[in-house]
Amino acid sequence: MSTHLLRRISHNPRALSRIPQRWSSSISQRPGSDRVRFPGAVNSKFTTDMAFINPSETSNSIPTYRVMDSDGVLVDKGRKLLGVSNEEILSWYKNMLTVSVMDVVMFEAQRQGRLSFYMVSAGEEGISVGSAAALTPDDVVFAQYRETGVFQQRGFTLKQFMSQLFANCHDNGRGRNMPVHYGSNYPRMHTISSPLATQIPQASGAAYALKLESLQNPDTPPRIVTCYFGEGAASEGDFHAGLNIAATRSCPVVFICRNNGYAISTPTLEQYRGDGIASRGVGYGIDTIRVDGNDIFAVYEVMREARRIALSDGGKPVLIEAMSYRVSHHSTSDDSFAYRARVEVEDWKRRDNPIIRLRKWLENEGLWNEDMERETRDSLRKEVLKEFGEAEREKKPPLREAFEGVYEELTEEAQEQMKELKRILETYPEEYDLRQFQDGINGL
Amino acid sequence: MAPLRLPRLIHPPRRLYSGVASPSSRLNLPIDYKTTPILHHTSSSLSESLELPGSATSKSLNLYQAINSALRTALTKSDKVMLFGEDVAFGGVFRCSMDLQTEFGSERVFNTPLTEQGIVGFAIGAAAQGMKPVAEIQFADYVFPAFDQIVNEAAKFRYREGATGVHAGGMVVRMPCGAVGHGALYHSQSPESLFAHVPGVQVVVPRSPSQAKGLLLASIFEYNNPVIFMEPKCLYRAAVEHVPNEYYTIPLSKAEILKPGNDVTIISYGQPLYLCSAAIAAAEKAFGVSVELIDLRTIYPWDRQTVLDSVKKTGRAIVVHESMINYGVGAEVAATIQDQAFLRLEAPVKRVAGWSTHTGLQYEKFILPDVARIYDAIKQSIEY
Repeated sequence: MSTHLLRRISHNPRALSRIPQRWSSSISQRPGSDRVRFPGAVNSKFTTDMAFINPSETSNSIPTYRVMDSDGVLVDKGRKLLGVSNEEILSWYKNMLTVSVMDVVMFEAQRQGRLSFYMVSAGEEGISVGSAAALTPDDVVFAQYRETGVFQQRGFTLKQFMSQLFANCHDNGRGRNMPVHYGSNYPRMHTISSPLATQIPQASGAAYALKLESLQNPDTPPRIVTCYFGEGAASEGDFHAGLNIAATRSCPVVFICRNNGYAISTPTLEQYRGDGIASRGVGYGIDTIRVDGNDIFAVYEVMREARRIALSDGGKPVLIEAMSYRVSHHSTSDDSFAYRARVEVEDWKRRDNPIIRLRKWLENEGLWNEDMERETRDSLRKEVLKEFGEAEREKKPPLREAFEGVYEELTEEAQEQMKELKRILETYPEEYDLRQFQDGINGL
Repeated sequence: MAPLRLPRLIHPPRRLYSGVASPSSRLNLPIDYKTTPILHHTSSSLSESLELPGSATSKSLNLYQAINSALRTALTKSDKVMLFGEDVAFGGVFRCSMDLQTEFGSERVFNTPLTEQGIVGFAIGAAAQGMKPVAEIQFADYVFPAFDQIVNEAAKFRYREGATGVHAGGMVVRMPCGAVGHGALYHSQSPESLFAHVPGVQVVVPRSPSQAKGLLLASIFEYNNPVIFMEPKCLYRAAVEHVPNEYYTIPLSKAEILKPGNDVTIISYGQPLYLCSAAIAAAEKAFGVSVELIDLRTIYPWDRQTVLDSVKKTGRAIVVHESMINYGVGAEVAATIQDQAFLRLEAPVKRVAGWSTHTGLQYEKFILPDVARIYDAIKQSIEY
């Protein structure tokens, strides 16, 4: 786009806004011009060749960036690796293992009826751990629900995971949310909500707030917002709204789409017909890349660069499409063999997997071996089971938490309803088991 | 979901398409906003009612100017306040954001793409980061694409965040609502009862310029809950009164007794209060009764005590609103009165509200409450 067609907003000379405005004082056509001057597309050439753009004919798929192959060997042998210490890479590996071990234990626990629900991340640990490793603790995360690795990488403890899963009195969510709906104030990872894609425009708004804050107070550390969602959620209207508004308002936000091939039972061929999600980023005018989600090095590198881009030019959005395969069932309420072949899943498990790939790299480097693997898995399992047992035995939050937090202050109506509930509980004590709730009836 | 943008054609000599009274009308006369007792036509009546300091100055403003004044006051008071929506940058289709972008810069006052779900989602995210976003939905009729963001997200944000302490309470969603005489299906709606069914949001409808400014500033600064702020658009230019120049607030969830009375209580909010006032004047003259008029101001969480105290005194209640009768605000108010003032009631609680249909262009004046219907309700209530 030629520069004279853009002008910077200059209402406020102190403002550093980089939101471009279309030059539109005239839509008249200069005689003999070879370009469109309609305000809606200011640099389009005229053509007399009537050709509809056909996606399958005009372009190959957007390529997938990778650093190491499925044997854990760097594809580009000559390149320098990341600039990250081996200790840090080992911590990523352990964080992926932790998520994986916890997933197995909790999936089983749900099958035994000890918690109501669970969702595993199998096959996608690399996306969440690798991308979160490139964030600072001041960055803000909006997640969908299959990003346990983000919480793990950013310091969420096993005790916090278990408290949330069992909705006990130490749960940040005060026992209000379904399992796996984690949340943390700092590092800020907004409490997960079930409605899909709603977090996408919210992430744009939060990123805009960070941008305004740094404009108003240049001493604040540079921060971005990262927003995770699946390829199914990207079909929601909120995806469209969120990316478009992030682009027009130049928000420092990185959108990461986990494209794992399925939305519950729906394969991607029934989800979209374009070139995945990445091709859409281009349409919104957003810097976009597709990355191998099973390659934690590639994910980390892409996220680190995306963060830099997001903070450049006063803020701009980035879209990352991370390709992977949902090895697990969608959730504990789903039997995925009802809609896909067992052999396909087994294939993916065997052929490629972010944990095994990094393990191979670590072994090639002499940083890991079979013994360390076994010991680490054993000790992680013990730790998970210990926190599991403690969390399961903890009391549930007091009953008043059912009413508090709806508004900043309890309404008069809510107080009256709490009183009425207490009367019912006192009148029919045999109908309700209050033993597991903190302070029993006095918790109301 | 874009609103129709109607070009301004040649001005007809008279607006024959709406608001025309029958030549024989005695009750359904056009509201004379210049003389209605509801508006503060002088600065002295204003300062008495708002309990302002003696030194306070005021200016005569219509509703859109009062909203503009409130927004300007808010943007001046805190740099956390930001204002956005469709077409707000040039001043807004109803002129509520006039000159604000010039004064406060395009970072804090700006246009968004045409996406209601995006606008509200964006506001939630900004509020969760500690900002005070004031989002505008161009017409209340177009808020429905954002219903999910309001109901599932904004309203539940604090509750689900729990101990993290994060919330989206700084946000306000403004929207013009109500009938204008020719808005038909998609420029007339009043969806307040849909939001009043949602725990976690506060729903506010002002009746006048001075009230709008005080309630809007309170919504932005004094309540850490998402507020749905519905502005009766037919008052934007029609209602003119004295409005204090400085910062002041009017509490939410507090009803106001607009006119004391002893025999019947009328509960309403927004523009229909003017119809109630006219109907009361006619009924008091015709039947020698004394009617108490209550402005609910906040639809939810609402001031039940003021309403119940009044009905316990009068023994009769009528609820008046534009939006349709079934499952409307009147249903909740009537049920609460029935439950908590049963022994004091001398007549069934009456509801005067929109009929259960859509606002067809030609039928508006037959569908929405008017002075005659309110007058008749008073008559039926006292004759019961």
